[in-house]
Amino acid sequence: MSIFEYNGSALVAMVGKNCFAIASDRRLGVQLQTIATDFQRIYKVHDKLFIGLSGLGTDAQTLYQRLVFRHKLYQLREERDMKPETFASLVSAILYEKRFGPYFCQPVIAGLGDESKPFICTMDSIGAKELAKDFVVAGTASESLYGACEAMFKPDMEPEELFETISQALLSSVDRDCLSGWGGHVYVVTPTEVTERILKGRMD
Amino acid sequence: MGDSQYSFSLTTFSPSGKLVQIEHALTAVGSGQTSLGIKAANGVVIATEKKLPSILVDEASLQKIQTLTPNIGVVYSGMGPDFRVLVRKSRKQAEQYHRLYKEPIPVTQLVRETATVMQEFTQSGGVRPFGVSLLVAGFDDKGPQLYQVDPSGSYFSWKASAMGKNVSNAKTFLEKRYTEDMELDDAVHTAILTLKEGFEGQISGKNIEIGIIGADKTFRVLTPAEVEDYLQEVE
Repeated sequence: MSIFEYNGSALVAMVGKNCFAIASDRRLGVQLQTIATDFQRIYKVHDKLFIGLSGLGTDAQTLYQRLVFRHKLYQLREERDMKPETFASLVSAILYEKRFGPYFCQPVIAGLGDESKPFICTMDSIGAKELAKDFVVAGTASESLYGACEAMFKPDMEPEELFETISQALLSSVDRDCLSGWGGHVYVVTPTEVTERILKGRMD
Repeated sequence: MGDSQYSFSLTTFSPSGKLVQIEHALTAVGSGQTSLGIKAANGVVIATEKKLPSILVDEASLQKIQTLTPNIGVVYSGMGPDFRVLVRKSRKQAEQYHRLYKEPIPVTQLVRETATVMQEFTQSGGVRPFGVSLLVAGFDDKGPQLYQVDPSGSYFSWKASAMGKNVSNAKTFLEKRYTEDMELDDAVHTAILTLKEGFEGQISGKNIEIGIIGADKTFRVLTPAEVEDYLQEVE
């Protein structure tokens, strides 16, 4: 079994009209045994930039700490928040530094850039970026998420509809995956506000 | 380093609290050829005289204004070889920033990095301060910008500035001529007139250099022919 599947995870980000949503499951397991049901995989970098880290939980937390460190230094030095594109390049560079002993994480980055243009992207554990216009997925449930998102995604959704779509895609996908699930965590980000919701799904 | 007798920093405080080495560096700048920069509403111009030691020198082989990134250019007063070192270090810094963030380095950041290098050379062992002041012209998301960096490592943002020989005359001239709403073309004219003020001999496209950056965010050194055209307009 791959180390990427040790803890189990499901991550998805979707683009709407001047907004985006990013969602994850809440399970942390050790193979088939569930350890925690309130695990955080999505982190806020700043008000309009989020990163989800799928894969090995311990590496996700360490990587997040390094990213916060780098972002704080950037904020102090440049007196501004990072653009999503810039942050993605930084994450990519940090991951590639560990090319031959990588963090076992697949990140999903979602943010609002200039003029509220949504940006989403994912990359592999050594920082190869994959940009997308519609949605990106990662984690042990990624295959089911691809299917669900391809079926349910529509372009230019408003925040409410986007929340509904991403939640349904996540919940139906984790039901098809033994290693992720136990509810979900959804962030919907518009230029003016961030809404955070906890989903209850099949809690077993 | 560390083995030499001079591996301690030569830049040490005098009893009166001054760093004499830095003052000497500023003297070197002050006796260098005049350079100036003007920030216009839609761009920046930097200009310098290019006096050659002998008429036998091929003037086309000398470039005093250099490009650091596509949208940032720099000119100096003082010692040419020291300038070359700084240009090389600054370009490397800009490239490293670009490699990390896949985004061009902002002018402020590049100026800060360059100034940091200059400061390090006032506090390290086995080295001397740089004998140059720089004028950095750039255009980024924050608009047109003009910075001056001194041998001490201090830097300032200017609307218009001059350095080298005739600084005070040039600055007084710029103070009289400068307006906030100046267009890039007017700024080039003013730059030429300011250079002309303290110029010994006949000014021509071959003995001055002008670099401009406009709203297209591309820094460019004018060719001698283009400089001649501007000179005609001024007369």
